[in-house]
Amino acid sequence: MNKVLSKKVLAPNVKEMDVYVPRIARVAKPGQFVIVMPDEKGERIPLTLVDWNSFEGWIRLVFLEIGVTTYKLGLKEVGESLYYIVGPLGNPTYVGKFGTVIIVGGGVGIPAAYPIARAFKEVGNYVISIIGARTSKLLIYEDRIREVSNEVHVTTDDGSKGFKGFTSDMLANLLESGLKPDLIWMVGPAPMMKSCSAIAKKYGVKAVASLNPIMVCGMGMCGACRVTVAGRTRFACFEGPEFDADKVDWDELIKRLNMYRKEEQEALNRFRDALASIAMQR
Amino acid sequence: MPKRSPEERIRDFNEVALGYDEQMAVKEASRCIQCPEAPCIKGCPVGINIPKFIKFIRERKFEEAYRVVKEGSPIPAITGRVCPQEKQCEKYCTLAKLGQPIAIGALERFVADWAKERGVHVDLQQIDKRSERVAVIGSGPAGIVFATDLAKLGYDVTVFEALHEAGGVLVYGIPEFRLPKKIVREELAYMKDLGIDIELGIVVGKTVSIHELLEEYHAIFIATGAGHPRMLGVPGENLNYIYTANEFLTRVNLMKAYLFPEYDTPIHRGRRVAVIGGGNTAMDAARAALRLGAEEVYVLYRRTREEMPARREEIDNAEEEGVKFIFLVQPIGFKGDSQGNVSDVLLMKMALGEPDESGRPRPIPTGETTDIQVDVVINAIGFHPNPVIPMTTPEIRTDNRGRIVVDSDGRTSMRRVYAGGDIVVGEGTVIEAMGWGRKAALAVHKDLAIEKKLSIAVHKR
Ligand SMILES: Cc1cc2nc3c(=O)[nH]c(=O)nc-3n(C[C@H](O)[C@H](O)[C@H](O)COP(=O)(O)OP(=O)(O)OC[C@H]3O[C@@H](n4cnc5c(N)ncnc54)[C@H](O)[C@@H]3O)c2cc1C
Ligand code: SF4
Ligand code: FES
Repeated sequence: MNKVLSKKVLAPNVKEMDVYVPRIARVAKPGQFVIVMPDEKGERIPLTLVDWNSFEGWIRLVFLEIGVTTYKLGLKEVGESLYYIVGPLGNPTYVGKFGTVIIVGGGVGIPAAYPIARAFKEVGNYVISIIGARTSKLLIYEDRIREVSNEVHVTTDDGSKGFKGFTSDMLANLLESGLKPDLIWMVGPAPMMKSCSAIAKKYGVKAVASLNPIMVCGMGMCGACRVTVAGRTRFACFEGPEFDADKVDWDELIKRLNMYRKEEQEALNRFRDALASIAMQR
Repeated sequence: MPKRSPEERIRDFNEVALGYDEQMAVKEASRCIQCPEAPCIKGCPVGINIPKFIKFIRERKFEEAYRVVKEGSPIPAITGRVCPQEKQCEKYCTLAKLGQPIAIGALERFVADWAKERGVHVDLQQIDKRSERVAVIGSGPAGIVFATDLAKLGYDVTVFEALHEAGGVLVYGIPEFRLPKKIVREELAYMKDLGIDIELGIVVGKTVSIHELLEEYHAIFIATGAGHPRMLGVPGENLNYIYTANEFLTRVNLMKAYLFPEYDTPIHRGRRVAVIGGGNTAMDAARAALRLGAEEVYVLYRRTREEMPARREEIDNAEEEGVKFIFLVQPIGFKGDSQGNVSDVLLMKMALGEPDESGRPRPIPTGETTDIQVDVVINAIGFHPNPVIPMTTPEIRTDNRGRIVVDSDGRTSMRRVYAGGDIVVGEGTVIEAMGWGRKAALAVHKDLAIEKKLSIAVHKR
């Protein structure tokens, strides 16, 4: 149980991991997430379910090594087990037949957009995916997204691949050129979602955002994941993670995401030093 | 009971109360007048034979005393520490009327610790295994008693717990300095000894549904507690470093943020901390904040000291340690700086009015406001029942406050499904929850004996 079945490096510090957890694979739905602890001392970190197979019993996770816990997760080898994993958590995406759906995925959010695009396409929507990253080397999951989209638009901030600019610029271009989607669904860095939300609102298109606040419990017990939506406090883990994008208080979310920057950096430096000293001793 | 000095204890998270030694225990036990009708027992929701175990202590038969205690409470090292004895057994003690009741909790703790130090175990009687399988949802005090009682009767018991450690509030809420986690772990080992299977990382209602469990188990006990934080609903409540008590205590206790960066989970160590509320949770949060290095910790309460729901002992402990109390104030908002970090709590001054439904004088706004500067706020105003199972299983009836409705034996509106503890009473105590576990276990035992003839079809996966 909780055994790592495979591990792949998708981009610098971005890893894809398949984990054997039949009880979660059995009931997982698009838009849900899990909480993972690689070891006893780790944080409880939320990760979106990118893919799963209920017959074979595995789930697929993609993560950016950004703090101590995600680094430790990345160090887990095939055959090793994760200390703890719980899920599937959060409410599944509402996958209706809307007509034309634009899916926006940014950075490590692109893999999280994959099962959503697939689900929307499966029920007969025309799926237009906009995926973007800082630079081509960090652009992940393009092939997978192509498999499940009718149209794909790629953007990079530096223009090293596709359109030079942000996903939100591409979204604005498409809407400006007269495209009238029935729904925009987005996942990625909060500032990206904030911009996309503003554009969707300007063109009067319904937009749903999958939020990624800091979490501890993942099941409504702590309130770490609080977001303000339509002026009300909501717990993203069990009332979300998806909300109407134009109702989200994005500035508050962005500030809350930065709450532990200092502590995270301190812990990461200490962890790197420890790793380096182990490497020296070898 | 002897305690460590405030100056010493606020520098670490080690236990505050030191417990009796043998001599003190025997001396205290000797005060017991062995009332024939034993009024104290009726104050104990799990019915420990109190005079009997106290008599054994007096006779220095500590091992026998331990066996008696353990028959009533499967986790005596815990109940001896956290029970509000002044409202339970000690309240009914005959000596209470004459002045000082017997320190029953301290004696219970003494025998439990004595047995632990010497590695005394209660021999498990050989019991005939039964074929009936029961599932327990939640591993807090209610679930623990339910599971151990039925395992002792030979049932095949599985406990499902969402978190990565068993124990409920005992591990994520009550801090180390009141209840060392090593003790919780040792007490819970007894469940394993009884052959109880504890499955961690399973959220019933998400990972598996109640309906699916009913296909595999003859009976289900819901003991999911009241862990859903209540919000203040005032402007600015989501500024950075405004924690709910549950988040703050979970980070500190379960995730061991006080040992950061050895453990990965951070916590913001505030210099000026405001804790909102007047219950035990508020005291725990305030005292934990002090130990994380706060210079000033304020408890803000909307009534006065007399109405505070926290135990007297905990209020005194907090005060000794330097926690300051501000009474008759209610938060009406928070201000923050440009990074979104909380900087001020805005307060409405209150006055006491006529008694409300709870019998306590109702706090009424005076119209006068004030504010205090802070860098961490902890909201400890209370909890709602855990909503996950009611939300995903509408057949289980709840009342208008989200509590699962049960009969006096713990039966819910759904056949073969029982509930008890905080999910039924709202915010109760460890020992009340344990009492519910015992009642429901009895009900299951009775009901299954009747239903066996009808043979419930379950299959083992
Ligand atoms: C900070 C704090 C201090 C306290 N101090 C004291 C004290 O000193 N003395 C005292 O007597 N009482 C105290 N209490 C109250 C006492 O802890 C509770 O009344 C008691 O723990 C309730 O027990 P329970 O078994 O009903 O639930 P809990 O202890 O809340 O346990 C519920 C368990 O169920 C799990 N769970 C929830 N939903 C699911 C699900 N869907 N699937 C699987 N698992 C689930 C939870 O993770 C949790 O582990 C305190 C409470 C708090 C918060
Ligand atoms: S379990 Fe609690 S109520 Fe019962 S005797 Fe012990 S301290 Fe008193
Ligand atoms: S992460 Fe704990 S309530 Fe949402």
